[in-house]
Amino acid sequence: MIRFILIQNRAGKTRLAKWYMQFDDDEKQKLIEEVHAVVTVRDAKHTNFVEFRNFKIIYRRYAGLYFCICVDVSDNNLAYLEAIHNFVEVLNEYFHNVCELDLVFNFYKVYTVVDEMFLAGEIRETSQTKVLKQLLMLQSLE
Amino acid sequence: MPAVSKGDGMRGLAVFISDIRNCKSKEAEIKRINKELANIRSKFKGDKALDGYSKKKYVCKLLFIFLLGHDIDFGHMEAVNLLSSNRYTEKQIGYLFISVLVNSNSELIRLINNAIKNDLASRNPTFMGLALHCIANVGSREMAEAFAGEIPKILVAGDTMDSVKQSAALCLLRLYRASPDLVPMGDWTSRVVHLLNDQHLGVVTAATSLITTLAQKNPEEFKTSVSLAVSRLSRIVTSASTDLQDYTYYFVPAPWLSVKLLRLLQCYPPPDPAVRGRLTECLETILNKAQEPPKSKKVQHSNAKNAVLFEAISLIIHHDSEPNLLVRACNQLGQFLQHRETNLRYLALESMCTLASSEFSHEAVKTHIDTVINALKTERDVSVRQRAVDLLYAMCDRSNAQQIVAEMLSYLETADYSIREEIVLKVAILAEKYAVDYTWYVDTILNLIRIAGDYVSEEVWYRVIQIVINRDDVQGYAAKTVFEALQAPACHENLVKVGGYILGEFGNLIAGDPRSSPLIQFNLLHSKFHLCSVPTRALLLSTYIKFVNLFPEVKTTIQDVLRSDSQLKNADVELQQRAVEYLRLSTVASTDILATVLEEMPPFPERESSILAKLKKKKGPSTVTDLEEAKRERSADVNGGPEPAPASASAASTPSPSADLLGLGAAPPAPTGPPPSAGGLLVDVFSDSASAVAPLAPGSEDNFARFVCKNNGVLFENQLLQIGLKSEFRQNLGRMFIFYGNKTSTQFLNFTPTLICADDLQANLNLQTKPVDPTVDGGAQVQQVVNIECVSDFTEAPVLNIQFRYGGTFQNVSVKLPITLNKFFQPTEMASQDFFQRWKQLSNPQQEVQNIFKAKHPMDTEITKAKIIGFGSALLEEVDPNPANFVGAGIIHTKTTQIGCLLRLEPNLQAQMYRLTLRTSKDTVSQRLCDLLSEQF
Repeated sequence: MIRFILIQNRAGKTRLAKWYMQFDDDEKQKLIEEVHAVVTVRDAKHTNFVEFRNFKIIYRRYAGLYFCICVDVSDNNLAYLEAIHNFVEVLNEYFHNVCELDLVFNFYKVYTVVDEMFLAGEIRETSQTKVLKQLLMLQSLE
Repeated sequence: MPAVSKGDGMRGLAVFISDIRNCKSKEAEIKRINKELANIRSKFKGDKALDGYSKKKYVCKLLFIFLLGHDIDFGHMEAVNLLSSNRYTEKQIGYLFISVLVNSNSELIRLINNAIKNDLASRNPTFMGLALHCIANVGSREMAEAFAGEIPKILVAGDTMDSVKQSAALCLLRLYRASPDLVPMGDWTSRVVHLLNDQHLGVVTAATSLITTLAQKNPEEFKTSVSLAVSRLSRIVTSASTDLQDYTYYFVPAPWLSVKLLRLLQCYPPPDPAVRGRLTECLETILNKAQEPPKSKKVQHSNAKNAVLFEAISLIIHHDSEPNLLVRACNQLGQFLQHRETNLRYLALESMCTLASSEFSHEAVKTHIDTVINALKTERDVSVRQRAVDLLYAMCDRSNAQQIVAEMLSYLETADYSIREEIVLKVAILAEKYAVDYTWYVDTILNLIRIAGDYVSEEVWYRVIQIVINRDDVQGYAAKTVFEALQAPACHENLVKVGGYILGEFGNLIAGDPRSSPLIQFNLLHSKFHLCSVPTRALLLSTYIKFVNLFPEVKTTIQDVLRSDSQLKNADVELQQRAVEYLRLSTVASTDILATVLEEMPPFPERESSILAKLKKKKGPSTVTDLEEAKRERSADVNGGPEPAPASASAASTPSPSADLLGLGAAPPAPTGPPPSAGGLLVDVFSDSASAVAPLAPGSEDNFARFVCKNNGVLFENQLLQIGLKSEFRQNLGRMFIFYGNKTSTQFLNFTPTLICADDLQANLNLQTKPVDPTVDGGAQVQQVVNIECVSDFTEAPVLNIQFRYGGTFQNVSVKLPITLNKFFQPTEMASQDFFQRWKQLSNPQQEVQNIFKAKHPMDTEITKAKIIGFGSALLEEVDPNPANFVGAGIIHTKTTQIGCLLRLEPNLQAQMYRLTLRTSKDTVSQRLCDLLSEQF
C-alpha cells in the first residue's frame, strides 16, 4: 500500500503531502527532509526506486518537481511509477499544462484530484477519462 | 476542456498566497501570517454572521497556513460548520480541513460524525463521496465505531453509483486496516467478492484491493475470489488493446487492475486444475506478449506492460509449481539483465533473487552468473550493484561458491562503504556454508580481514576460531596461514586477534619449522601488542600464558614481559590482573598443572552461525530475502487457515503420517522373520508431487544401519533439510541431540518434529523431549534434545516425523531414529575360562540365536573389531581357541533388569561368510542383537 505521496521542488519545498498512515507532525517533517535528501542526489541514469527506511520510494522528476510515492517493499515498482505518470497527465489536463504555481494556488483542488485517483493508500481509479469527467462535474458545482 | 484559473472562486486566498510568496524573509512571512491570523480570528469572533463563502475562504487560508508549517489553534468549529453547507465547494473545504488537521477533540468528533452521517444518507453521490473520502483519510477508531456497519451496506447496495462504490470499498479497507475488530465479516462478504465481475473496471480496481487485504486474514471466506479473479484477468489479457477503452494505458489493457488481480492470487496456493489451466494460459500470454514487438516506443508502454509481467512472475514464483513457467520467467529476466533501462536491470536482479530459491529454476538462474558479476563491476547505481550482490548470494551453491566468493571479495575492495559490512557477512556465510576444503575457508576469512578489516564484526572472527577449533584437519594450516599473514607490517587488529588466538592454541603445530620457532612466533605477536586496543592486548596475554605451556623454552622471555611495569602496573585493571595472575601461574604451577589449566580448548558445541543472525538483523525488512520471507509468511497465513488450502489438502487426504507409521509398528515384531528394517516404509513423503523429497527413501535405511555401531553423524539429508545426531548412553539412560539444519535461504515455518513410538515400544522405551521453535531461518540450525530411558528390552526403533512448510509446499519426512537395544550395552571383560563357563550356562535353545550370512563388506579384521566395540560389547582377546574368531561380552542395562550377553563371530574367509552366535538370558534380546549386528558385516 501507499504510505505517503509527496510532491517537492528541487529546493525541498513541499507542494503536496498526502499521508496514508499515522505520523506525528515532527515525524512528517523528518520524512519530508529525508525523502528530499535521498531523491535529489540521484541522477537520470539511476533507477526510479530508492530503498527508504522499511519502505521504498518510487519517484519521477518532472521539470523542477519530484513526485514521490512511498510504498511497501513488496509492492510493484513499475505499476506505481506509471501511477505517478497517470496522475501527472491528469493534472496536466485539468490545469491545462500544469506548472508548479498551479499546485501552489490550487492546493485544495490537488487534494481532490488525489482522492479521485488514490484512496486509503490504494489506487482508486486509473481511467483518465473517468477522473477528468468527475473533476469537471465537481468544477461545475462551484 | 476548460482549465482551472489561478485560485478561481477565492480571490482573497490567491492574494494572500501571492503575498506570502513575495515575502523576502522568514520574518516577513511570519509577520504577514500573524496579520492574517488576527484578521481571521476577528472575523470568526465578530458579531456579524459570516456567509458560507467567507467562512470557506478563511478556513482555506488557515489550512494554507497550517500546510506552510505553522500551528493552527482555532477555526475547527467553522470548518465543522462548513460540513453542513449544501454547497459542494464549501463542504469540500470543510472536509479537507478536517482530513488534514485531524483532531481528537471528542466534542468535534461527534459533530463531524453527525455531518458525515447526514451526507452518507443524503443519496447525493457527490456528498456521499466527500463523506467517504473523509472517513478513508482520517480512519479513526471513533469513525470505525460509527460507520463500520453502514459502509458495507452502501458498498453492496444495488442502487449505489459506481464512483460511490469505489470510495466505499477503499473506505472500508481503511477501517479494516485500522480497526479490524470493528469490521466483522458478514453477509456482505460474498457480494463483495462478486464485485470482481462488475462491469465498471474502476469498481473492480477498488474492490480488488479490498478483497486482497481481507483475503490475507480470512482466506476461507474469500476463496471464491480466486476463480473470479482468474476469469477477470483472462478477459483482460486476451482483450484487444482497444476493447477496454478508458482503461487502456498506452496500448496496455488495464495494467493496474491486472497487477492487483495477480497480487490477489498470491494470497492463495495454486488453484484447482480447471481454474489452474486458465490461469496458466493467462501467464503464458503475458510472457508471450513480452516477446512481441512493442506497440509504442514510449517508456509508459513498456513500463505498464512490464509491471504486469513482473507481477505475473511473482505469482509464478509464489506458486513454485510449474517448472516450465519458472524457467520461462527466468529466461525473460535474463533478457532484462542486459536491457538498456536501469529500472529493468534492477528489477530483473531483484526478481531473480527469489527465483534462485526455487529448486526448479535455481539452475536456470545460475546460467546468468557472468552477467550478474559484470553488473557488479559496471553498474553506476549503487542500489543496482547491491541487488547484484544479493543475487550472487542467492544463486550460490557448492558448484559456484569459489567463483562467487572470489568475485565478492574483489568487489569488496572498491565497494561503497554503506554496503561493505553486509558483503563481509555474506562472504563469511558463503565461505562457511560451501567450504569443502577448510583451508579455503580460512584463506577467505583472512582475506576478508585484510581487505575490509573494519567491517569484519566480532561474529565473523569468533566464527573462524570456532571452526578451526572444531576441525583438527585445518588447525595446522590455520596456524601457518595466520603466522604468514601477521608478517605484514600493518595488519588489521582483527587479524591480530585471530592470529593470537590460533597461535595460542595451535602454534605448536608449526613450531618445528625454524622459520616459525616459538620465539619467532612470540616476537611476531608481541611486536603488534603495543598498537592494539585493550581487549586485544588482554587476548594476547592469554596467548602468552598458553605459550608458556606449549613452549617451555620461551617461558622466561614471557615471564620477563609479564613482569615489566607496563604490564604489572598497567592502568587498565583487566590487563594488570591478567599479567599478575599469569605471571604467578607460570611461576608456581607444575608442568602438569599448567598443562591441565591451559589445555587446548574443547570443541565448541554445534550451533547456528551467529553471522547469519547478524545478517538478518542488519538487513531489516527492506531486503529481497526478507521480502521473500514476508511473502512466504503471507502464504503461510493463508494455508494455515481453518481448512487446509489445496496444496496441503493432498497431504491431509492421505492417511496421516503417524497413523501410517503406527501401522508399520503394529506389524509383528518378527523375532523369527526378516529383520524389521527390511520394511519399505522408512522415509515416507506425503507432500504433493511438486516436492522432491521422495527419492531419498532408500538411502535412509543404510543411514540407520550405520548408526548401530556409532553415535554421531548425519542421519538424513535432502535438498532442504539435514538432520544430524549426537548421542551418548550410560547404563539404561541416554541423551540424543538432534540437529535440524535448514539448507535453504528461506524460512521453514510450522516446523514440527514428532517422535513416534509404536504401542509395544512405548512401554519399553521412554523418550522425553521439548518442542522446538516452529520457525527455522534459512541457513540456520536448531537443536532438540531427547532424553532416553530404556525400561525393558525392545525391538522396534522409534520414528522421527518432521513436518514443515517450505515456501508454499507442505513437507513431511519420516526417518527411523537409531535408538537400538545395543546402545544400552556395558562392556564386560572376562577371562577365557569365565567366558566358556557362562557360555555353557546359556545353553537353553531359546537363549541362543545364530545367523549365517554372506559378507556385505570386505572382511577386514581391524574394522570388524572396531565394529564390535562400537556395538557396545567388550572385545575379548585370547578367549576363543581359534584366533580368527571374535568373541565379546557385555550387559544390557534396562530399568527393570540387566541381561548378560555373549557373542561369537566366526568368519569364513574362503566362503566370504560369517556365522554369528548370540547367547543371552532372554530370547528376544538374543534375537534383536543378532539381527542388528548381522547387518554390520
